[in-house]
Amino acid sequence: MTMTTPLAQAATTAAATANTGATAWAARIEHVSKSFPGPAGQQLVLDDISLDIAPGEFITLLGASGCGKSTLLNLVAGLDRPTAGSVTTDGRPALMFQEHALFPWLTAGRNIELALRLRGVPRGRRRERAEELLELVRLKGVHGKRVHELSGGMRQRVALARALAQDSRLLLMDEPFAALDAITRDVLHDELTRVWAETGVSVLFVTHNVREAVRLAQRVVLLSSRPGRIARQWTVGIPQPRRIEDAAVAKLSAEITEELRGEIRRHGRH
Amino acid sequence: MAATDTAPRADDGDLAGLEAGLDALEASPTVRTPLRRLLTDKMLPPVLALTLVLAVWQALVSFRMVDDPARLPAPADVWYVLHDAWLQGTLLGYIWTSVSRGLLGFLLALALGTPLGLLVARVRFLRAAVRPVLSGLQSLPSVAWVPPAVIWLGLNNRMMYAVVLLGAVPSIANGLVSGIDQVPPLYLRAGRTLGATGLKGTWHITLPAALPGYVAGLKQGWAFSWRSLMAAEIIASSPDLGIGLGQLLEYGRNASDMAMVFEAIVLVLTVGVAIDLLVFSPLERRVLRSRGLLVKG
Repeated sequence: MTMTTPLAQAATTAAATANTGATAWAARIEHVSKSFPGPAGQQLVLDDISLDIAPGEFITLLGASGCGKSTLLNLVAGLDRPTAGSVTTDGRPALMFQEHALFPWLTAGRNIELALRLRGVPRGRRRERAEELLELVRLKGVHGKRVHELSGGMRQRVALARALAQDSRLLLMDEPFAALDAITRDVLHDELTRVWAETGVSVLFVTHNVREAVRLAQRVVLLSSRPGRIARQWTVGIPQPRRIEDAAVAKLSAEITEELRGEIRRHGRH
Repeated sequence: MAATDTAPRADDGDLAGLEAGLDALEASPTVRTPLRRLLTDKMLPPVLALTLVLAVWQALVSFRMVDDPARLPAPADVWYVLHDAWLQGTLLGYIWTSVSRGLLGFLLALALGTPLGLLVARVRFLRAAVRPVLSGLQSLPSVAWVPPAVIWLGLNNRMMYAVVLLGAVPSIANGLVSGIDQVPPLYLRAGRTLGATGLKGTWHITLPAALPGYVAGLKQGWAFSWRSLMAAEIIASSPDLGIGLGQLLEYGRNASDMAMVFEAIVLVLTVGVAIDLLVFSPLERRVLRSRGLLVKG
């Protein structure tokens, strides 16, 4: 079912679920290309990307700057349309940014309740569900706190709870821990692994940190730069819970880093 | 699913403790300024400044630097005039006449300026066409509208409201437009991924995000309403209109009663500042503080 014209995501989604009930993938990216107008005509940013994300799968998308990781994520999120190929998702994916993107005019709990409200959860259920989600990210008791009263790590956990409030089968994360200090980031890796295991959500996680990619993922996808193509994929067999300093994590990270450096070197040769 | 083999419980308790420790270390508690410091830091300086102004004023009279009560009355004389008006029961009447006009005019300006601002911010053609007009109107002193308003509408309350509207609507509309322009694009993106598009997006994301700019516009709108009203009252004083503060000033001038003129000036100033301090500044502080945008000095 290769489509050369992008369809409205909602329509595609409805069709996918209506025909088959539950799909065998959380997202299907088929021969996706994307170009933007540049100084020298159309600049190709993504070139023929095909990737299936299985239900419950954790994929990290790795690449150097300018490989179009974020562009690809925006396409999957439905915030932008591919130039060619198609993206099909099972429902609207949830999206987490590098900035927490919580709304400062609402309390932490109300941020989550807004997500529930926009999804059509009735008023009576929202408060209870928001408390459950806060408990899931271990922030019981911060429902009434303002965003600016929370620490960086707490904000990202509230943002995670808000993303989970959408009850999507797919969670997209755009370098969500890049702005955090190393200790907090480490803790949030553990936290995300735990939440992922508890909820069974599929995750597509963009990062430029190789160790982070190996620490978290079942599958690491390396993108080449300009244009972004899938260069190589690794299945990570190391059992969870992993630590970022584990020898097995370090070994695979070294291998992937070598590959990534090779990709980057290619660009300096011309 | 491969996820089932994750996270044994012992490790989990450890993580919870680590996280609790990080949260405790990083969260910054909000401390309220003690009342005493609030008094010395915020109240004392303006009180001192006011006392200084009164002292200079009194000195000018006492040391006969301006030796003519028809030019500069003593502060005490102004106080007697105010006191008399209070005893006669007319003082509150003057104030209420003007304040009720000012507030009603402001509410009308609010009802017109808000949808106008929203339209100008949202409709590209209107933005290009109307935004410069709004900015231009803001720099036009609203007293300029009094003569045409008198000719079009006559000497009546309608004319006063027209002048107030022409003064305040541009401020309120402009405030909302800049508020909307300054909404961080990240909020709009986050809103869209949550499903807040179209009207839902405007209601749940754009408007609350634009609130600080809007409130700043309201504050300025009130200042413009009050100034425009005073201009209208001074020029269009007629016995049928009742005596507001502007008319009081004009009566004082006609009677060459400088104490009455100063009485009116003091009242205009006091009421304008009082409403800002009692209504608009607390509103603005509340909005900014709840978002963590108010940096304590």
